[in-house]
Amino acid sequence: MTHPPDPGPAPVLALRDVSKSFGAVRALRGVSLELFPGEVHALAGENGAGKSTLIKTLAGVHRPDAGQVLLDGEPVAFHGPGDARDAGIAVIYQEPTLFPDLSIAENIFMGRQPRRALGRIDHKATHAATAALMRRLGVDLDPDRPARGLSIADQQIVEIAKALSFDARVLIMDEPTAALTGSEVARLFGVVRTLGEQGAVVLFISHRLEEIFQICRRVTTLRDGAWIASEPVDGMTEDDLVRRMVGRDLDELYPKQDVTPGDVALSVRRLTREGVFTDVSFEVRRGEIVGLAGLVGAGRTEVARAVFGVDRWDAGEVDVDGRRLTNGAPSTAMAAGLALVPEDRRAQGLVMDMSIERNIGLTGLRTTVKAGLVDRGAERSRSLDWAVKLQVKYARIADAVSTLSGGNQQKVVLAKWLATGPKVLIVDEPTRGIDVGTKAEVHRLLSQLAADGVAVLMISSDLPEILGMADRVLVMHEGRITAEIPRSDATEETVMAAATGRAAA
Amino acid sequence: MTVTAPDHAPPAEVPKSSGTRLVDRVFKMRELAILVVFLVMIAVTQAGNSEFLSEQGIKDLLLNATILVLVATGQSLVVITRNVDLSVGSTLGISAFAAGTCLHGGGNAVVAIALAVLLGVGCGLLNGLLVSLGQVPALVVTLGTLYIIRGIDSIWVGSRQITAADLPGGFVDFGSGGLSAIPWLALIALAVLLATAYYLKHFGSGRELYALGSNPEAARLAGIPVRKRILAAYTVCGALAGLAGALYLARFGNVDSGTGNGYELTVVSAVVVGGVAFTGGSGSVYGAALGGLLLTSINSVLPALGVSSVWVLAINGVLLLLAIAVDRIVALRVAAALKKRKARHA
Ligand SMILES: Nc1ncnc2c1ncn2[C@@H]1O[C@H](COP(=O)(O)OP(=O)(O)OP(=O)(O)O)[C@@H](O)[C@H]1O
Ligand SMILES: [Mg+2]
Repeated sequence: MTHPPDPGPAPVLALRDVSKSFGAVRALRGVSLELFPGEVHALAGENGAGKSTLIKTLAGVHRPDAGQVLLDGEPVAFHGPGDARDAGIAVIYQEPTLFPDLSIAENIFMGRQPRRALGRIDHKATHAATAALMRRLGVDLDPDRPARGLSIADQQIVEIAKALSFDARVLIMDEPTAALTGSEVARLFGVVRTLGEQGAVVLFISHRLEEIFQICRRVTTLRDGAWIASEPVDGMTEDDLVRRMVGRDLDELYPKQDVTPGDVALSVRRLTREGVFTDVSFEVRRGEIVGLAGLVGAGRTEVARAVFGVDRWDAGEVDVDGRRLTNGAPSTAMAAGLALVPEDRRAQGLVMDMSIERNIGLTGLRTTVKAGLVDRGAERSRSLDWAVKLQVKYARIADAVSTLSGGNQQKVVLAKWLATGPKVLIVDEPTRGIDVGTKAEVHRLLSQLAADGVAVLMISSDLPEILGMADRVLVMHEGRITAEIPRSDATEETVMAAATGRAAA
Repeated sequence: MTVTAPDHAPPAEVPKSSGTRLVDRVFKMRELAILVVFLVMIAVTQAGNSEFLSEQGIKDLLLNATILVLVATGQSLVVITRNVDLSVGSTLGISAFAAGTCLHGGGNAVVAIALAVLLGVGCGLLNGLLVSLGQVPALVVTLGTLYIIRGIDSIWVGSRQITAADLPGGFVDFGSGGLSAIPWLALIALAVLLATAYYLKHFGSGRELYALGSNPEAARLAGIPVRKRILAAYTVCGALAGLAGALYLARFGNVDSGTGNGYELTVVSAVVVGGVAFTGGSGSVYGAALGGLLLTSINSVLPALGVSSVWVLAINGVLLLLAIAVDRIVALRVAAALKKRKARHA
């Protein structure tokens, strides 16, 4: 993927001087973009830079306020997502858009099912085509299974399968890898490369910069809704790209402070949830950051949920600060000083229609309620404080969380839990979908919290993050802890070996 | 640097998993469960009163269920899209009177039925347009049309009444006749039911009703014409309420301005008891039909057993709550089962 863009072929899809505003927020200002056949093109920018808005404009979800969308050089006006689809544009949106009640096969082929005579759906062919897609992606998902209850990673895989099923000329992917681990990403990239070789255009968004360098040929950078540059990836360094995105040089990405661990703050002994995880034991001390690594589906999130009390466990015990937790009772866990920043922000972390201020305030109700009434002033100042600390980008703090960009929603979830001042903090994929600048900020915050004596358990699929931040790495494989690796011995090789079950540690 | 684990060999064949079959079975079971409750109830009644299942007895059971099954079938379409139509009772009433007036004026029976259906289509279109265009919840919109249609009906009908004496004899005979124990009306309802179920399962637009009830935003992004589908669901629902009005006239031969008053609640109960979730996206018209059959049968069972009919309402209420409780428990169970299965597969 190292050739300069051919001057020959005309762009398949292009934006010319496109602007789009939401009320006072100018999400896109005069952005131009050209996508040539056979190229994998990256779109980079901080949270709220306008990447998803740009994609939704190409997909016919938003109509541009000014400027044009060009298909094969001709201006087009998409009146809805259906129009863009018919023009051969397939989109994977940042947030999964599945029908929970319908089967995976129906989710993938909704509106385009193979037909038999008289326009009836060919259920058999739909099933077979879905099974074939799953094989192509190398995953084992039953086409007839309903989408309800799929993990985020599996939902993302269904979205990818859906987009692939189009045989589209243009494939647009908004952070498709955010929830995936190495092997799944590798599969996806294999498929993307093949598509590129067959002449399709791929537009790719990711906050994992190394991925951009891995598969993209050119990269377009946005900052605050404005176009900054479109250039070949060849010859660029990650620092160059970061400078384009952020407009300045970035501080260290993994600012881990050295601490001497204190007393045991979280102690989990022989925790078992039948069929999900088995015999999980570990400790986290004050001041320590313990990384929990493993492949998607290894049971990491499930352990965190059980420890916090969202799910029940079948055997074992959990102590926080010497206090025994009750099985299945998040309120006692919270009272003991435990906080959990969940993985699925839409379903578990946020009340989407509520304001930013109130979402952050929710966990603090105990401190801001006076005589049964919420002290709105206290709530507001507390929320503002955290919103500023995490650099949440919003128009007004009273706006609904649903209007924020994906990464900024993630920051609100973090703020909400950090505001509780926990003794033990469990973070599940804390920087998923967060841009590099803020990622460094979140890492600095976690490091600071640890230095202040908080015990941190960090679940992450981002291996560099685990290696960069953790004092100790626990690795899970198929529901069991297979390795405990001290910081000095933790390398990509040792962690991956334990995560894939290749080495008994 | 994303770390790449060694690729696993692609599975030779995606295995048919127990999870799906389990879910399938649970949904089938839901309908099966109602059927079993129904059969047990009938058996018990028959044991206590051997007259109950005479030819006339069976016929009455089916006749009573017919109208409710028709309207519940239409209502299911709407509920599947995460909406509701509360105006079906009013629609039924006004269509029945229109058909009666037409017949009384010497009109042909086919024309009268068509008129009732058309009137239903009109009411359905009105609801559909208001719900799909306005940003007002269906509950509120159709509560409004419930009163509007009822109001028009009252003004038009006044204190008039249509009785069997006003109707052509053939029409009344048709209403009570049938193939031995099976009434013509029940056959019509059955045909409508089968056709609707087939449509929902095998046609793209039918599946899209489930999709948009399951996740409206995703449906929009998938390019499904959401408004058109909702409009269609309401139109069919209205049409079936209209048809039910005509059949009501044939069955009872008696219509006034109060006909169908409060019927929407019975219909909604039937749908919910039958397992069509109010949150949209799930359930089947068979379930709704069985729910209707069960509810109407209770009306015949209690008198046959010598129980006062004042109990009917209370029993309906208990059934309703029971149905909702069962749904909830089943949903939790299924979720847990899927999770476990997933974990084992991972
Ligand atoms: N429907 C909406 N209503 C109001 N504001 C919106 C809406 N959609 C997006 N915005 C705003 O537009 C800006 C750009 O958002 P967008 O989702 O395009 O960012 P992004 O680059 O995709 O960020 P991320 O990396 O966090 O996903 C943000 O400030 C966001 O709050
Ligand atoms: Mg985005």
